[in-house]
Amino acid sequence: METALLVVIVMSAIGLIFGLILAFADKKFSIEVNPLIHIVDDILPKGQCGSCGYAGCLAYAEAVVLNPEVTPNLCIPGKKPVADLVAELTGKSAPEIEPQIAQVRCKNTITHAIKKYNYAGVEDCIAASLIQGGPKGCEYGCVGFGTCVHSCPFGAMTMGTDHLPLVDEKKCTGCGKCATVCPKAIIHMTAIGAPVAVLCNSRDKGVIARKLCSVDCLGCGLCTKSCRYDAITVENNLAVVNPKICLEKCSNPTCLEKCPTGAIYDLRQ
Amino acid sequence: MEYVTLFISAVIVNNFVLTKFLGLCIFFGVSKNLSASIGMGMAVTSVMTLSSMLAWVVYNFVLVPLNLTFMTTAVFVLLIASFVQLLEMVIKKQAPALYNMWGIYLLLIATNCVVLAVPLLNAESSFSFLKSVVYAVGSGLGFALAIILMASLREKLRLADVPKPLEGLGIAFILAGMLALAFTGFSGMITL
Repeated sequence: METALLVVIVMSAIGLIFGLILAFADKKFSIEVNPLIHIVDDILPKGQCGSCGYAGCLAYAEAVVLNPEVTPNLCIPGKKPVADLVAELTGKSAPEIEPQIAQVRCKNTITHAIKKYNYAGVEDCIAASLIQGGPKGCEYGCVGFGTCVHSCPFGAMTMGTDHLPLVDEKKCTGCGKCATVCPKAIIHMTAIGAPVAVLCNSRDKGVIARKLCSVDCLGCGLCTKSCRYDAITVENNLAVVNPKICLEKCSNPTCLEKCPTGAIYDLRQ
Repeated sequence: MEYVTLFISAVIVNNFVLTKFLGLCIFFGVSKNLSASIGMGMAVTSVMTLSSMLAWVVYNFVLVPLNLTFMTTAVFVLLIASFVQLLEMVIKKQAPALYNMWGIYLLLIATNCVVLAVPLLNAESSFSFLKSVVYAVGSGLGFALAIILMASLREKLRLADVPKPLEGLGIAFILAGMLALAFTGFSGMITL
């Protein structure tokens, strides 16, 4: 009993002494940091997403305050309000930033995907895609384990019942973290409000793609011909819509009916 | 003479990494390039020396008189962790250039086994103050030697055609095994 008491006393005494020394040292050796850094850091959205190219929000705040060459508009999730505030605080001018949103370009649901094998490993897209490019037949499509969902710092992604990730348009800040973690690169950052999009990522030739998935883009080019504004291009057997042209010029998309597989989706609702 | 043998034994014969297999996490983690490994080696050596001095004082003036030697490990963990914190603050303030170079390694080794092992072994063999300092410096330099050797080998290895399954850590472990095998050649040369 006495020993136990002694142990408690000695440990607390040592802890207390070191605590005091550390507290004292913290005051004595404190470094004067530019207070503006913390003010800027408080404004940033704190997703620590790294889309600005720095290790985190604090690192960007430090860089934007101390380095005159770092522009104040690098925070993509913060959009214009944050860029304006940062510009005002640091006395720099903020060029415009395009608001962006994540778009999942795959509709190959788990129910109608052709399977190569049964995967029973770690529930992670990157791990699964290391084995023969993932369990789904189409090697360009969504793997479906939701690595993007877990990576989203803003809780804007959920896993749908068909094992394809869904993006909450209200919560998505456009930071692009999901796009970088996706091993298949099916998530693209696009302009907000684009009326149509080709939601497919398959670069397989039409015949092969058709066998593996029923809603894929064959690369047939019918949509390219139907588009009056040359907004759609086909490259590597995959049609890609230029959202800017669509957004600015097109009010009545004709491509939707032309697509033989229905891989072009109407996003207007 | 006694101190010289103790020193050499700590550096080479009883090398902490290659014969006692302590501190392997940093040994593999920070041995990818030479400059980082030199930084790590220096940081470990200095932290080891200073913390074993501190630990010697606490052990001999607090724990032994109070018959609390069974608490040595717990007390030393506390000591080293808070000491490294303090050291980090001091270096950050006094030598920012040094901090930018080696600062990140300091916190990495705050709770490392190799840093804890030296004060514990000092206490176990009841070394005098000077002896424990010599032993700590020797062990630190031994660690630095091992990690610098390893980093130089791994830098060369980058040019080699390693079989795919062994790339990265796999071949590093094999290499460390061979290095350890070479160091067993020194065993028994000095017995303490």
